[in-house]
Amino acid sequence: MEAGIVSYGAYVPRYRITPTEIGRVWGADGESMGQSLNVHRKSVPAPDEDTITISTEALRVALIRGAIDPQQIGAIYVGSESHPYAVKPTATVVAQAVGATPHLTAADFEFACKAGTAAIQTCLGLVGAEMVRYGVAIGSDTSQGAPGDALEYSASAGGAAFVIGRDHVIARVEHTVSYTTDTPDFWRREGQRYPSHSGRFTGEPAYFRHETECAHHIMEVAGTTPADYRHVVFHQPNGKFPQRVGKQLGFSESQMRYGLVTPYIGNTYSGAALIGLANVLDHAGPGERILVVGYGSGAGSDAFDLTTTDEIAKFDRSFGRPVQSYLDSGVELSYGVYAKFRGKIHMGGS
Amino acid sequence: MSIARFWRETPRRYNLGGSKCTNCGTAYFPPRSVCPTCARHRESIGKMVPFQLSGEGEVYSFTTVHEPAEGFEMQVPYVLALVRTVEGPMLTGQIVDLAPEEVRIGLKVRATFRKLREEGKAGVIHYGYKFAPVEETAVRPPGGSRTAVGTPATPEGDRAPA
Repeated sequence: MEAGIVSYGAYVPRYRITPTEIGRVWGADGESMGQSLNVHRKSVPAPDEDTITISTEALRVALIRGAIDPQQIGAIYVGSESHPYAVKPTATVVAQAVGATPHLTAADFEFACKAGTAAIQTCLGLVGAEMVRYGVAIGSDTSQGAPGDALEYSASAGGAAFVIGRDHVIARVEHTVSYTTDTPDFWRREGQRYPSHSGRFTGEPAYFRHETECAHHIMEVAGTTPADYRHVVFHQPNGKFPQRVGKQLGFSESQMRYGLVTPYIGNTYSGAALIGLANVLDHAGPGERILVVGYGSGAGSDAFDLTTTDEIAKFDRSFGRPVQSYLDSGVELSYGVYAKFRGKIHMGGS
Repeated sequence: MSIARFWRETPRRYNLGGSKCTNCGTAYFPPRSVCPTCARHRESIGKMVPFQLSGEGEVYSFTTVHEPAEGFEMQVPYVLALVRTVEGPMLTGQIVDLAPEEVRIGLKVRATFRKLREEGKAGVIHYGYKFAPVEETAVRPPGGSRTAVGTPATPEGDRAPA
């Protein structure tokens, strides 16, 4: 496959809250919760941020870094489970905001946390078939957990945008495969404000099964073993699951070092594995092999076998903020301000 | 604001689309069809071209709003500033990602894409530019791409324990 990643950008909102602060409000031991989840802080969007603004900021950085003319973009797909509109595509606003309209196709993807990786696969198809010069895949979310629910300790906000093309590829996609089943581990019914989940069922039959099966499958197709990869990125609903699945598959902590970002910003859902990949690309040099295995509840995994090219040495990352700066910075909020920002306070009126 | 009016203004609200007089070189935002700077205005007719501002500028003056406009209740107190763009036009916009007490005249800022307001719970959502501080990597993009980049690593934060 000749197509690959031409450019990328990530964006994480400025605010943070700690599990300790969340637990304080609900009479729970938030510190222990944070330690058991390996989530020390999670990002919180400002009241004027949503999936559309996060996607736009991430894509603007990607276009500048790659010096890409927005008019050469033939497709924009935004994967999210928190599209601001139920009907009215996020991708149209993003396309207009980056100056890519009107001669392109655009759509919103939804598959819990793996909608962004599904968008990358679609773009690879379009680019590989030479139907478009550049395809843009974005994974972005402002996820919400019900107040007091276990999800509230990790559900956060952020996103990453990837420009897929054939020229000046910085990371070639050698292979991509998926693994999909009907597994009801996490869902949100139409009209419901917060998602529901099936507790422990979200672990073994859902996350771990799909991650490991998909990882085994792509390594079988590629003829590789964990030792062939310099970096590995898993979906990261918390900081603990990806560490465990990595260990199960035979990857070392050093291989997971850059791909694991959830402990510092929380679970950005559709953005999670993609921000991890962006962080890997921030640090990677030429000729480094990367394995990415995303996961979305419901359930499915998408895996990518990538190799960075010589182009990455020339790639100018000085535009925009590196992922590390988002991991290192942030302004912590009290639960009260967090609840206000996230619309959890009933204000009365219509 | 009506949907139609906002929609007509989308190019300028989303992308800072202004105009430039090719006769004298003056940039305008919002766009003008005749240049008031040219001594003989008629000389600019037909010479005004679309021009996108880079989004970079600095705070010329500002005020802190404590009594919010409708739809801004969640953001009080917030800063509204006059921003002198590097291309010349002065824009009014909200300053985000910085505490009001940290805003100062001369602060380098860049345009950022944010939600401006919602028409109630069921209505349309309006988006557009606001301004965020730039303290690092404020680099002009190559090839004339319009968006400035770089927002500060906020000094308040420190890395969470691994």
